[in-house]
Amino acid sequence: MIGLSQVKKAYNQGRANEFWALRGVDLHLERGRVTVFRGPSGSGKTTLLTMVGCLARPSSGRVSLEGRDISALPERFLTEIRRSTFGFVFQSFNLLKGITALENVMVPAYPLGGDHGALKRRALELLDRLHMADKAHSNAEWLSGGEAQRVAIARALVNDPRIVIADEPTANLDSERSAQFLDIVAQLKAEGRTVLMTSHDPLVAEAPVVDRVVSLRDGLIAGGG
Amino acid sequence: MSNWFGRQRALMDFAVSSLARRKGKTLGLLAVYTVVVFVLASAMLFSHALRREAALVLAGTPEVLVQRLVAGRHDLIPASHLQAIRAIRGVKSAEGRLWGYLFDPAAAANYTLMVPADDAPAPGQAVIGSGVAQVREAAIGDIMSFRAHDGQLVSFTIAGIVDPQSALVAADLFLVSETDYRRLFGIAADRFTDIVVTVRNPREVRTVAEKIDAALPDTRIILRDEIKRTYESVFDWREGMVLLLLAGAVLAFFIFAWEKASGLSAEEKREIGILKAVGWETGDVIALKSLEGVLVSLTAFLLGYLAAWLHVFQWGAPLFEPVLKGWSVLYPDFRLAPHVDELQVATLFFFTVFPYTLANVVPIWRAATIDPDQVMR
Ligand SMILES: Nc1ncnc2c1ncn2[C@@H]1O[C@H](COP(=O)(O)OP(=O)(O)O)[C@@H](O)[C@H]1O
Ligand SMILES: [Mg+2]
Repeated sequence: MIGLSQVKKAYNQGRANEFWALRGVDLHLERGRVTVFRGPSGSGKTTLLTMVGCLARPSSGRVSLEGRDISALPERFLTEIRRSTFGFVFQSFNLLKGITALENVMVPAYPLGGDHGALKRRALELLDRLHMADKAHSNAEWLSGGEAQRVAIARALVNDPRIVIADEPTANLDSERSAQFLDIVAQLKAEGRTVLMTSHDPLVAEAPVVDRVVSLRDGLIAGGG
Repeated sequence: MSNWFGRQRALMDFAVSSLARRKGKTLGLLAVYTVVVFVLASAMLFSHALRREAALVLAGTPEVLVQRLVAGRHDLIPASHLQAIRAIRGVKSAEGRLWGYLFDPAAAANYTLMVPADDAPAPGQAVIGSGVAQVREAAIGDIMSFRAHDGQLVSFTIAGIVDPQSALVAADLFLVSETDYRRLFGIAADRFTDIVVTVRNPREVRTVAEKIDAALPDTRIILRDEIKRTYESVFDWREGMVLLLLAGAVLAFFIFAWEKASGLSAEEKREIGILKAVGWETGDVIALKSLEGVLVSLTAFLLGYLAAWLHVFQWGAPLFEPVLKGWSVLYPDFRLAPHVDELQVATLFFFTVFPYTLANVVPIWRAATIDPDQVMR
């Protein structure tokens, strides 16, 4: 469903501090699977996720989604694809400060202009599923790491994405919370969603729910490709 | 269509909560903005009201006024002059007027005493301006007494209070009958304060004036056009001061808007990045920021305009005290007649709400076109 061919990505291209974070990645990812990208810090895992998730375009090479080449699409179409296809759980969660957990979950759906009441019910349902119902009306700023992550997951799911992307999801969690996160991943998989995560946590890479582990090193695939 | 409304509703809700979570900044903006609108609106309402006063004063001023001068000073004019003026070709009518100033020791104020041409009060009665009613706390049916020129007491029953259509024209009026007027000042029945002349053909005003001047060498003739010019120079000066204030306010506003336009806080940039990463389009972010801008500027506009209205029409424009000097001596409780001009409101609205909203959106436009992958870092 997702294909990468000879994907390269340079930061600060053409300048003195030019840096090639990806140096030619070929990869095919299948629908409904859970894939973990592993590798040392700086190997290009996050960069790879931004290419797949339509957050940025590759410097060269092609990214295709469900058979459609998306690497050359204009910004507006990328946004549309991102909104309808992907849900993101960022490494630092990136919740909006000063508003409630519930509002944070609802934010991605605002531009779609659906029924406000229905959206609120959907957001509450998601929070309830993630055992966060009692924190729905708390200010997002005051949540603990695990709680913030579950709000971020609920936010990622609110537009019902086919693909969920999580960058270093267990980096800020203890073992118990990490295990809980993997349970959630299993649920997502059971619902038929494709899950892509990065992690250098062996607990994640070796979890039974994970179908495939891809190793990266210096911007190239070093194993599992 | 319901989707469009749903989107506006959602964005509006979110704009309100965004403003609420930046309470300090929002309130600061609102305060500065309200002050700007307040100053601008005050200046506009004030200068407009002054012009209106002037127009009303002029409307009540006769085309040609004849005064008698004795030793270079204004003196009472004999009734015989009336006959002489009426005999001049081109004159439609000539009427003697009786008026003057009456000092009221009880209020330490001067009233403009007049015998109106039509509907003069009956002897023993008076119709007073709203300003007089206020300083004396007088109501209809009350009695006000004054000492006549010979020391005798003359009493008036208040028969009516003039509606304050114009503060300048009506506020200090004291209208009495001819009998009472002559009794107060001991003026003989064949003497008037001045003579009002109307002319058949408005284009002949100057010729007629010259003829009167030739026939009655002891008089001075005042034309409405001349009064108008005097008023205009006075108003130009007053408006000049107001304009100066206005220019200052506009300048301050643009500096403020520019400062706003020239940078976004790191936190705001982060938030825009998050919104884009979770699927907002650049257009959605701009719509949100526009709504925030409109909310702030509209609130400020309404607050500022309301405050300006109260300032000018309720509290006598204390900030424009220096501009008002001269009148405020004569009118201790000077109060302009409330009047709002739609075009003026629209102009002010356009020049405050519109540029601010724009200034609010411009930096967002720049930030919103940045790649959203920054939020992954
Ligand atoms: N915006 C950027 N500008 C310059 N270099 C960057 C930028 N983002 C990432 N890099 C560099 O690209 C490399 C890969 O980064 P990243 O994809 O975040 O790796 P990982 O997630 O595997 O740690 C790193 O060396 C990082 O310093
Ligand atoms: Mg990373």
